[in-house]
Amino acid sequence: MATPMLRWCCPGRRWIFAGIGGGSRHGRGVPTGSTSSGKKGQSSVAQQPLITAQKPRKGEREWAAVVGLEIHAQIASNSKLFSGSQVDFAAPPNSLVSFFDASLPGTLPVLNRRCVEAAVMTGLALDCHINRKSLFDRKHYFYADLPAGYQITQQRLPIAVNGSLAYSVCVGKRWSQMVTRTVGVKQIQLEQDSGKSLHDNLRSQTLIDLNRAGVGLLEVVLEPDMSCGEEAAAAVRELQLILQALGTSQANMAEGQLRVDANISVHHPGEPLGVRTEVKNLNSARFLAKAIDYEIQRQISELENGGKILNETRSFDYKLGCTVPMRDKEGKQDYRFMPEPNLPPLLLYDSGSLPTGADPQQVIDIDQLRERLPELPRVTREKLVRQYGMLPEHSFALLNEVGLLEFFQNVIKETRAEPKKVTSWVLNTFLGFLKQQNLAVSESPVTPSALAELLDLLDRKAISSSAAKQVFEELWRSKGKTPAQMVAEKKLELMQDAEALEQLCRSMLEAHPQVVTDVKKGNPRAINKLIGLVRRATLGRADPTVIKEVLERQLSS
Amino acid sequence: MLGRTLREVSAALKQGQVSPTELCQRCLSLIKKTKFLNAYITVSEEVALKQAEESEKRYKKGLSLGDLDGIPVAVKDNFSTAGIETTCASNMLKGYVPPYNATVVQKLLDQGALLMGKTNLDEFAMGSGSTDGIFGPVKNPWSYSKQYREKRKQKSHGENEDSDWLITGGSSGGSAAAVSAFTCFAALGSDTGGSTRNPAAHCGVVGLKPSYGLVSRHGLIPLVNSMDVPGILTRCVDDAAIVLGILAGHDPKDSTTIQDPVKPFTLPSLTDVSKLCIGIPKEYLTPELSSEVRSLWSKAANLFESEGAKVIEVSLPHTSYSIVCYHVLCTSEVASNMARFDGLEYGHRCDTDVSTEAMYAATRREGFNDVVRERILSGNFFLLKENYENYFVKAQKVRRLIARDFVNVFNSGVDVLLTPTTLSEAVPHTEFIREDNRTRSAQDDIFTQAVNMAGLPAVSVPMALSSQRLPIGLQFIGRAFCDQQLLTVAKWFEKRVQFPVIQLQELMDDCSSIFENEKLASVSLK
Repeated sequence: MATPMLRWCCPGRRWIFAGIGGGSRHGRGVPTGSTSSGKKGQSSVAQQPLITAQKPRKGEREWAAVVGLEIHAQIASNSKLFSGSQVDFAAPPNSLVSFFDASLPGTLPVLNRRCVEAAVMTGLALDCHINRKSLFDRKHYFYADLPAGYQITQQRLPIAVNGSLAYSVCVGKRWSQMVTRTVGVKQIQLEQDSGKSLHDNLRSQTLIDLNRAGVGLLEVVLEPDMSCGEEAAAAVRELQLILQALGTSQANMAEGQLRVDANISVHHPGEPLGVRTEVKNLNSARFLAKAIDYEIQRQISELENGGKILNETRSFDYKLGCTVPMRDKEGKQDYRFMPEPNLPPLLLYDSGSLPTGADPQQVIDIDQLRERLPELPRVTREKLVRQYGMLPEHSFALLNEVGLLEFFQNVIKETRAEPKKVTSWVLNTFLGFLKQQNLAVSESPVTPSALAELLDLLDRKAISSSAAKQVFEELWRSKGKTPAQMVAEKKLELMQDAEALEQLCRSMLEAHPQVVTDVKKGNPRAINKLIGLVRRATLGRADPTVIKEVLERQLSS
Repeated sequence: MLGRTLREVSAALKQGQVSPTELCQRCLSLIKKTKFLNAYITVSEEVALKQAEESEKRYKKGLSLGDLDGIPVAVKDNFSTAGIETTCASNMLKGYVPPYNATVVQKLLDQGALLMGKTNLDEFAMGSGSTDGIFGPVKNPWSYSKQYREKRKQKSHGENEDSDWLITGGSSGGSAAAVSAFTCFAALGSDTGGSTRNPAAHCGVVGLKPSYGLVSRHGLIPLVNSMDVPGILTRCVDDAAIVLGILAGHDPKDSTTIQDPVKPFTLPSLTDVSKLCIGIPKEYLTPELSSEVRSLWSKAANLFESEGAKVIEVSLPHTSYSIVCYHVLCTSEVASNMARFDGLEYGHRCDTDVSTEAMYAATRREGFNDVVRERILSGNFFLLKENYENYFVKAQKVRRLIARDFVNVFNSGVDVLLTPTTLSEAVPHTEFIREDNRTRSAQDDIFTQAVNMAGLPAVSVPMALSSQRLPIGLQFIGRAFCDQQLLTVAKWFEKRVQFPVIQLQELMDDCSSIFENEKLASVSLK
């Protein structure tokens, strides 16, 4: 039987449980030599060792890599951060643009309460200190999709600071060796998204879509506490799950709701940190891990060959699998930060500091939001492990897929089968079918009730497990029929008539005297042939263990 | 009828002595007659007549919307007006028609006011003369007053009177001239460093800068967001109070407006000033102050004192640093605010299509005048990472000290400060342009911009005519959000000084000749 993890080998997902090379077990952020020697850019992330430093040759010193992340998560809100325009990923270009979004002169920003709440909730979920007073700033640069010529952000005093994010990675070759690591959350700031530029090189023109301009973003800055692409990807994945659980962001990387910039440097342990580069706009978890690991290797090779690392911005070329300098970001930008004069300081309150008689529409109470926090993924997983005796990696797997946990819980509710059995069926068979056909849980043709019923049949030994697989396949193909109907139609129920089985076994022994002799001579495998013959004769409806019992009894009598 | 105050004409409308349409037509015809003043950039004749028609219907039904129903008003051309071109007197916004009304404009229209047009200014309100816009300078109506002309006749003979016209001050010179020349009963200006009070003083009208946060800035094309306030220009203090009562209050579209509800108010007529304490800031007695203004200032102080008010000398010790800090903060915000004018979404766009960057550069070079470009350049310099602490942050700190100076004075028991508004009376244009815009602004804002740094309300009230028979105004500064108290004092003062009405009758009768003479002069200016 395949391990559940092998079912997740679709691109973009496998990284979360990818194995870690021996080295990094010794300590976070200080990778030592690796025993593996994957060539850069060639191997897939899962195969590539987590350890990013090259094996030191004799007399050479080790390298350590330092990775920090800036993550932009689009806030799930009906309207934009500072205007009443709707937020919708799929709307026709420039159909969701208010006068403010187009920066018409004289328009002013008005802060969206929902976005502030999302930032506070995210801050609380990441154990941040929530600043009772935060400020907005203007960050200036000219770009066609930035209509005002500046972005409103929180550079000086962000809404939340000093948090932490715990995530898990696998160490060793076995999936089950998971360790929890922690990365510091430096700050969370509210800021505006830019519009989108579409470059039409053929006609040498740039088309601008301002639908996204002004959508609220949470910029989550993760401290450089990570040491490789694997860790970074796992941390991002955990953040993604937290945001989704909170409902503060849909955090769909493919739709650009979660974008990651990585700061990367290498140095010799014990020496000052090296010059860092920034790899921008990593829009998938797989490319994130790949880009970081590539960049670490590139820096090491560069330095070992006597080169220098430039403090530059690079982008990841996913076709070539390497990072390249970004041309338009070559010059050093001075963003000329300045306080945003049109927004007063953002003040937040707790139940102790709430001004008496304040209009609840005008104030935000942090304690009230804390009470409203939903269960976080870490807690959900711990509960699953405790409640169902599940392996930790299984709990990860259940949360990894949207809707899978709910599906699992619904099956559990309706079946008498063991939770372990349910877990295995949901993570192997069910998820495997989904992956094969690239379906979401919500698109599954098999309902939780149907699977529950099937598992019940299996549980009371009405069908064999191979018959159960067959029924499942049938259920997947033809909607609307119950498992019981399938079993009846295909005559898949196990033989319950003991007398009939006895007779069938007896006649089988009589028909194959040579095999009987073999068994009696002491060839233990010979009986398997008899079992197979009986099973075939029952059209697979008899339990092999029962057949074996009967045969053995008859042979010894 | 046109010479009346807003309150008087409002009463006349209510009594049916005049109809809104009649009033509107008279103003329109006067606007045409005084076109040479260059007070208006756009005259919205059709809009105004249509509004008048509707106002008239309301009056006939007895459903007047209030004091402003049927009253002709003008709006500075840096307030967004839906469907009416809004240029900021800049090539950058020439032809730009906003799709929305500024909140203050909307409030006036909601009250039934008639929008006569958009008034002239310095480009993007950067200036103190109303001389530096693309539509040419605004001329001070007092240049053509009987009072001034007769005085000049006595002095000089044979000189071309009309070429030596006076500036209005600025940057809301168009609005001040429009009110002063009776083409409307109230006008909106904007006040960032004195832009409403300065031209009010030069044109002999009342210029009110309300407390920062009392009146919405939504739709006002910003100069310095943290100092801009919509200003009110009227012919008397009561009128300013009426307009303020309509404009004041929280605007959900401007987060810097106060949340507390503002009640409409009428100014009481103060009879007793004995409980009043007037502060005279000693730092405002500068060597550049003209002797005439200085003597009027002390005369005003004496007037209060003789009527029983307590008049004391006070100190605002950081005054001398104010102008330079204003320069740093103003240019920094200007650099930021002007970044949006890139030719993409609206406004001027050059023909260059080499690259986006080349397009930006050419658009901004063509769109902005030297004054604007110079401020953008210095502002960006101050905001550079290496300069930010030394300039911007320091200026902000000093700004706080300046604001604290005022708080200290008011906490010591002073109710209202009395200062000059300008150094002198209005000067002829030929003299004004001898200095560059920056020097002029620094000089002319000297008594006014500290108030913007502190966010306080202030009003310039015309006091008397100079020996040249030109208006001189004095400034009252009040406590934050005590605009009503400030105006009450100003009203008392206004009643005592009995400032003479501008005599433009001759001009009205004889405007055609002036018109022809002036035509060439204005064409030669850009």
